[in-house]
Amino acid sequence: MAESSRLGQSIDSFVDASCSLTQQAASLDTITSLVKNDVLSVEGLVREMEMYLTTTDNIIRARGILLLGEVLARLVSKPLENATIHSLIGFFTDRLADWKCLRGALVGCLALMRRKRDAGMVTDTDAKAVAHSFLQNLQVQSLGQHDRKLCFELLECLLECYPDSVAPLGDELVYGICEAVDSEKDPQCLMLTFRIIEVLARLFPDQSGPLASFAGDLFEILGCYFPIHFTHPKAEDLGIKRDDLSEALTLAFSSTPFFEPFAIPLLLEKLSSSLPFAKVDSLKYLSGCTLKYGAERMLKHAGAIWLAIKDAIYNSIQEPALSFTSESLVGLGFQENEIAKEALTLLQRVIVQNDSLYLSLIVKDEDINMILNTITIYESYNDIYLQGKLKLHVVGRFLSISARSSIASCNRVFESYFPRLMEILGLPVKNLSGDHSPIVSSLISKRLNFGALYLCIELLASYRDLTAGFKEIASKSISASETCYSMLQSYSNLLTKAFCSTLATSPQDADIYFAAKGLQILATFPGYVSPMLTSEFESILITFMSIITLHFKKTLLWKLSLKALVNIGSFIDEYHESEKVSSYMGVVVEKIVSLVSLDDFTMPFPLKLEAISGIGTSGLSYMLKIVQGLEEAIYTNLSEFYAHENMKSPDITVRLLECYSNKVLPWIHENGSFDEVLLRFPVNVWSQIESHVDFSIQVQEMELLDATMTAMRHAVAFCSVESQNKIIQKAYSVLSSSTFFPLKEFTSLTIQFQLGGLQLAQKIDNLSYRDEWILSLFASVVIAARPQTPIPNLKEILQLFMTTILKGSVPAAQALGSIVNKLGKESNELKISSDCALEEALETIFRTKLWNSHDNGAVMKCSGINNGSEMSFADSCLGVVNNNLPQIHAITGLSWIGKGLLLRGHEKVKDVTMIFLEFLLENNKSDAFPLKQNSLESSCELDLHPSVIKSAADAFRILMSDSEVCLNRKFHAVIRPLYKQRFFSTMMPILQPLIMKNDSSLSRSMLCRAFAHIISDTPLTPILSEAKKLIPIILDCLSMLNKDIQDKDILYSLLLVLSGILTDKKGQEAVIENAHHVVNNLTKLIVYPHMMLVRETAIQCLVAMSELPHARIYPMRIQVLRAISNALNDPKRAVRQEAVRCRQAWASIASRSLHF
Amino acid sequence: MVSELINANPIVYEKKERRARSAPSDYSDEYAAEPIDQQEVFDHVRDIKDPEHPYSLEELKVITEDAIEVDDVQSYVRVTFTPTVEHCSMATIIGLCLRVKLLRSLPSRYKVDIRVAPGSHASEASVNKQLNDKERVAAALENPNLVDMVDECLAPSYG
Repeated sequence: MAESSRLGQSIDSFVDASCSLTQQAASLDTITSLVKNDVLSVEGLVREMEMYLTTTDNIIRARGILLLGEVLARLVSKPLENATIHSLIGFFTDRLADWKCLRGALVGCLALMRRKRDAGMVTDTDAKAVAHSFLQNLQVQSLGQHDRKLCFELLECLLECYPDSVAPLGDELVYGICEAVDSEKDPQCLMLTFRIIEVLARLFPDQSGPLASFAGDLFEILGCYFPIHFTHPKAEDLGIKRDDLSEALTLAFSSTPFFEPFAIPLLLEKLSSSLPFAKVDSLKYLSGCTLKYGAERMLKHAGAIWLAIKDAIYNSIQEPALSFTSESLVGLGFQENEIAKEALTLLQRVIVQNDSLYLSLIVKDEDINMILNTITIYESYNDIYLQGKLKLHVVGRFLSISARSSIASCNRVFESYFPRLMEILGLPVKNLSGDHSPIVSSLISKRLNFGALYLCIELLASYRDLTAGFKEIASKSISASETCYSMLQSYSNLLTKAFCSTLATSPQDADIYFAAKGLQILATFPGYVSPMLTSEFESILITFMSIITLHFKKTLLWKLSLKALVNIGSFIDEYHESEKVSSYMGVVVEKIVSLVSLDDFTMPFPLKLEAISGIGTSGLSYMLKIVQGLEEAIYTNLSEFYAHENMKSPDITVRLLECYSNKVLPWIHENGSFDEVLLRFPVNVWSQIESHVDFSIQVQEMELLDATMTAMRHAVAFCSVESQNKIIQKAYSVLSSSTFFPLKEFTSLTIQFQLGGLQLAQKIDNLSYRDEWILSLFASVVIAARPQTPIPNLKEILQLFMTTILKGSVPAAQALGSIVNKLGKESNELKISSDCALEEALETIFRTKLWNSHDNGAVMKCSGINNGSEMSFADSCLGVVNNNLPQIHAITGLSWIGKGLLLRGHEKVKDVTMIFLEFLLENNKSDAFPLKQNSLESSCELDLHPSVIKSAADAFRILMSDSEVCLNRKFHAVIRPLYKQRFFSTMMPILQPLIMKNDSSLSRSMLCRAFAHIISDTPLTPILSEAKKLIPIILDCLSMLNKDIQDKDILYSLLLVLSGILTDKKGQEAVIENAHHVVNNLTKLIVYPHMMLVRETAIQCLVAMSELPHARIYPMRIQVLRAISNALNDPKRAVRQEAVRCRQAWASIASRSLHF
Repeated sequence: MVSELINANPIVYEKKERRARSAPSDYSDEYAAEPIDQQEVFDHVRDIKDPEHPYSLEELKVITEDAIEVDDVQSYVRVTFTPTVEHCSMATIIGLCLRVKLLRSLPSRYKVDIRVAPGSHASEASVNKQLNDKERVAAALENPNLVDMVDECLAPSYG
């Protein structure tokens, strides 16, 4: 009972026009769910609604029928009985005549017609009745937009799903559709209309069918839409773009060949339109229709189409914009716009469809022939006028496209043009015996005709592309008996020689470019059609190689040759031409490898490296060979370096290493991981160090060490876990054999560690150069290791790194940071292998830290003093400086460790930052206890502090900024998303009150410094949400950093944050309150003398400020304008430019009173 | 009001491409001064709109780079402009625009001298006199209609 009353209510509220839309939707949902859950049958619903469906009140009846229709539309997948469907569709079919409730009837019909077979479908007879009623009763064009759309959907559904039942309607149907779609203008309906015509054409393919007789009328309706002129302002509103409509119309145009007599003339006529998009569309449609209408029908239009294509191309190509050095050069560097592209596509289509016809058109074409006849005047590229170049380019494109389309057309083109071109180039046919008369060589040495050279290259290129495209198909498809093959073969030798001599002698860029291209093409024919013997192939390679080694001063020639060699290499690699690969290996790769290892200084070293890495990238087998060569060169250089001081080799070795780590390694990694190759380099470097026990060198070669470390890091980072493991074992064995490593005695006893550490520290003071290498390289291995790679004897390593950090070794600090970042948690199984878990490691670290840096100053300072006093024996004058150095080193080390923790989101990072904060507040405390200061720690404390505190503040920069060298994705760091935001939001509540409350100027400025470091590396979004609170502090920091020239970079990055806030809507709101302070600060920065960017950005900020509410900024106007008028006299141009803009922006907030 | 344009059909020339400055010098020396030069002054005035056409002074060749003389040491600028037709009554307006724009864009140490190119205008002397008389310029800038007009012409030059 409850159901039926709910039903009644729902029906009432839907039918009642005064109810809101949401209420109506809700009641519709209720009813649908009732029927869906079988609480109510469809028949029951109809019976319940009887009154609404049959009443004479038009409005209520319309709503009732719509309700029934909507419910059915939501039940498309619910199975219904055939009888039910029959009676329902009968009802709706009748209702189509009732124009007052048409909407509901259409929705209902559509819902029923769209049902799938498994849920019960409308029968054919019923469908026919619907179609009949539709044609009888509906005047589609007199309806509103939504109803029209429903009508078209119904029509489309009828045609698509019930073709058999509507087909017998024949003429009546076609006529009805013509009437319905005539002069439709709504884009959504048009999409449907085009679709309907397309389907209709499929329905009546017959020559004597109804469509054939109505084709003219139908096309008359369709034709007026071409070209689509779409002025709807916002395409997004409808979800339909001009392109969608245009595509649908193409399909409609090309739907039936019966349109041909009407469509093609229309399209050809529109080609002469002045609107560019009409031209593009015409060409597109022509391409589409050509395929559908068939060769026979298109026959009579061939001449007209050919003329149209020619016209379109000649008129649309623009001036050459590209030079011969650019990568993406096609033909002569003319830029082809969309019209030209479409025209060429069309040409390709029609040639594929009917090659003999179009080829004879091309061959007979007067323009082309004229150009060929006059080609002798195109002697050299620089002498050709623009028009001539254009003609040449177009002919080249025509020939290449026609030759590219099929073998038969390629033969035809070669037959018609190739001999003539050869004649112009001055190359006679090879006579049967195969040898050339001596005249030939003299012929070759003369300059080639540029026009003929160009066309010849285009022909060769298209033949090559054609054959290369066939690689999957059996090679028989192009046999040696083809005309083009035999022609090319007879000329290939001569062509090669001619190109080679052009390369060697011609002074012109264009000649060189095309000759190089020609040689490259000749060398890259697939084996079975290659016109060249292996010896000829080799001679091409030799020519290029000799250019590489000798003519490095001619930049273009050199670059082109290298490019050609790379292309040839990758081609033969791809096509697995074993014979050619081996000769390439012999001629090119080995030669180039020997270049690097030779002490030949005629060729500049950077060029050698460019050549070697370029050739390497052309194929894997070459790369492997080249890697070997490179590595050997590096080893010899390094060992020379270890053994005897070789002053010239560092520079070369550094270059080699850079090339290895920047170019070669990433390529190897991308093209399949070759672990053994990657593994080889680090292992060999380590063995080399192992074998050279005595480094004879005393000179510090930091650059070389850096390059070696970088190469080591990259090589290790790309390795798999197993290989990394091997490398680490090897490295560890070298490390443990080194002189400074007997750490055993101090490891276990932490109490004695203080003492031991000092001894160790002394030991490390006297590190030999070799030991430093070992240590730094080991640190780089650790930095690049994957998290899964176990590190042997971790505790000792930790201690070792800790002590070296005190000596200021940054790599050691970074390695420690990497270790704590990647070390597994307690539960991890890897714990066993790495014999030390994260917690344990951290404990070790922090306990040790306690000794040297932590524990609130007193101990720290003591250690500083102890250290210092011991040092002072050796070096008394440096005492004070040495005092705080270990502290600074310790802080740097701690900050890298903290960074490792921060990245992985470990809570210990809090402790680390607390230590830093204590340093920052230290000064404050000693101020608070002046007695202590006086009694205990004497005068040296005051000397100690500032630099140490500063380094503690700068530790925040290390924490926040991204590092290239370690702790990033490349080196497998564990990085938690949004770690910066998180750190920012934990630090701000701590720092803010500290800065506010602090009155000691030193620690306040240091806190600000830390604050600036954090905020300048945080993404803008979290800053914006806090902007209101942050702005006063930012301003404080700005005025503080303003003082010291060394702070200019951090000042700049902080200013960028401020400008980010100012240019944001939300940020501007936050600024309003502090507008005055902001302006005060910015006007001071306008005169900041040390960095132009600061001044420029400050002025830009002021421009942004001018958009704040008028009342707020008006009082500052005069102040700003004064400051700006000084900036107009700035020494830097960029600043002056911004100042003009800013002055205008501020001057115009009040009308015309600029005079002061 | 005069509804006819003074030059109804001016010849429009192409804009010259903006020469990019060699940037690296900025980084190599933070403290090196870049003196105000011809090109910089030209950049200030090239986009001023002609009072009666929607083209810039550069497009109409009223102003060219060569017609600007700059001496940064002496703080002196002389701009010579060429009206499109000899009897152009807009010459004073154009001159006023140039003066206002340079007044707003150059440091106050500069003395600006604005002249009509010799022989390009019917009443050359009087125009020159009017443009370089600071009393008359100040008086012109008190006239709201004139200032509106000048502002409209200058608007595109604050890119």
